[in-house]
Amino acid sequence: MAAPTVIADDRRTTPLAGTVSAARKPVSLLGFALRMPYWVFTGALVAIFLFPLVWTAVSSVSPKAGTSQVNGWGLGNYESLTHYQAGIWRYLFNSAFVAVLTVVLTVGISFLGGYAFARFKFPGRNVVFLLTLAILMVPYATLLIPLYVLLNMVGLSNSLVGVALVVTIFQLPFATFMMRISFEAVPRELDEAALVDGCSSWTLLWRVLLPAVRPGLITVGLFAFLAAWNDFMAPLILISDSNLATLPLAVANLRGQVQGVVDYGATEAGVVVLALPCILLFLLLQRHYVRGFMSGALKA
Amino acid sequence: MTVAALPDRPSVTHRGAAGHRRAQALRGWLYVAPTVVAVAALFVFPLLLVFRMSASKWPLLTGYQGTNLPADYDKAVHNRFFADSVIFTVKYTVLATVLLLTLGLGLALLVQESGRWRGLMRASFLVPSAMGLASASLLFYVLYSPLAGPFASNMQHHGWSFLGTPDGALWSTLFLIVWRYAGFYMLLMLVGLQSIPNDVFEAARMDGASRWDTFRRVTLPLLRPTLALTTVLCVTGSLLAFEQFYILTKGGPDNSTISVVQLIYIVAFQGQNDLGVAAAISVIALIALIIINVAQLRAFRTEGS
Repeated sequence: MAAPTVIADDRRTTPLAGTVSAARKPVSLLGFALRMPYWVFTGALVAIFLFPLVWTAVSSVSPKAGTSQVNGWGLGNYESLTHYQAGIWRYLFNSAFVAVLTVVLTVGISFLGGYAFARFKFPGRNVVFLLTLAILMVPYATLLIPLYVLLNMVGLSNSLVGVALVVTIFQLPFATFMMRISFEAVPRELDEAALVDGCSSWTLLWRVLLPAVRPGLITVGLFAFLAAWNDFMAPLILISDSNLATLPLAVANLRGQVQGVVDYGATEAGVVVLALPCILLFLLLQRHYVRGFMSGALKA
Repeated sequence: MTVAALPDRPSVTHRGAAGHRRAQALRGWLYVAPTVVAVAALFVFPLLLVFRMSASKWPLLTGYQGTNLPADYDKAVHNRFFADSVIFTVKYTVLATVLLLTLGLGLALLVQESGRWRGLMRASFLVPSAMGLASASLLFYVLYSPLAGPFASNMQHHGWSFLGTPDGALWSTLFLIVWRYAGFYMLLMLVGLQSIPNDVFEAARMDGASRWDTFRRVTLPLLRPTLALTTVLCVTGSLLAFEQFYILTKGGPDNSTISVVQLIYIVAFQGQNDLGVAAAISVIALIALIIINVAQLRAFRTEGS
């Protein structure tokens, strides 16, 4: 029962797929044999979902003709990735820069905005909030075309800052919503006590409320990081200088080099480098992250 | 600072009430100012601009060249890929939505109870969802490759390929999308399943309902809000598909897998370089999306009553 389940263990279960309770009793040979189809079926499903990841990771270090790793196992494909055009370190830096700036902007804006929406009454409050949520309704491509023109006008063409701004604006609906809920979940007595003690609303926000909404901030930051790290379309449209490419763009461009000959080995290595932080974050945070997601959704 | 400055709270003293309300509004505006600036500059203004662009001659390199109102829309609709891309995108959306929702629900039913093996299953279905769509597309680009993929020697032997025919390319992309998103939809379905009170199932079992009857007459109707949410999410996401086609199929073979968003990109940045026409297709996509989503929400509401 104390398995590393994604969903909180203490939750009651629905009796729909009711065959499980039998499985937990002392296993008889017959019972096991009867459940063989189940094991084969679910085992195959798990294998299908894990196979592409495992295969890519393994073949990125295994020998294959036509790649940079011809003889024996090794990191040849990763090494050729470091020499590709501006080098993987440059692209990693670009991606990290965009990700950090996006996280800072998203967390900063939604932290202050969430506080305003949850704790203050001001004219235009609902309009601004609904307008922020409306960003979700607009296709990415619909906004990217005018944003490309707009960023050119203000001198942010071909700039990583521009990419971070674009990714941030698409993170704002979720982030603002999340932070508003987080602030609303904090009991008002906390504010009142602090204000009676003579805090200004600013000190109240930093000293009292910040620790209370930290889980919300972490979730918002995590989503912003993943969005920025993985985003492909914004850099594809906004970045024209290959030295400024982010990692997904650089790995995608890798395929087109040298007269249409694709370096599959280096592409595999690139996919591994791209996927690794996401999967590590997922495994580290899956309990916290999925449980928070589920309890939030259950409330609604 | 006094207690009366607290939000949503009638002021204790009569005298300062209006002043406090004003002070509160001012503070609220201060805290929301960054949001307002970001939304105005990066959402409202670009949204107005895209309408303006769709009504103007606007080449990529020279910019605004005067109003030309119906011309961009005319060119957009008569683009040689427009009709095909709309048909293809709708076909892809229907298939992806049906596949993802049924598989998401099926996986959710399979893993909804706790247990070590089920926990492991949940985690392995969810791991692909942590990857970016672009990285997943690159991964499958290699996986499907007739030169480097795991099926390469078989493909060379028997002379077939994943991406060689229009149907093959479509279903290969659908497999990638199912692999990448099934876990995510499973999670949403799990949330929905767990919000159904347990006694409903107890009652159904007491009445002697079979498992299939319970699923059809109890689970599905009570799951309606979740089904509505997941359908809207999935339809919206699929209609705006881009990365999987740009990276995996590159629109091919024979331009058979060009999605609407890909067409916007092609018109704007590959060859034609016409931002006006691209803006016109964007506006059409935006309006279509809003109509489709409103229709979906209506359908789910009337069906429910």
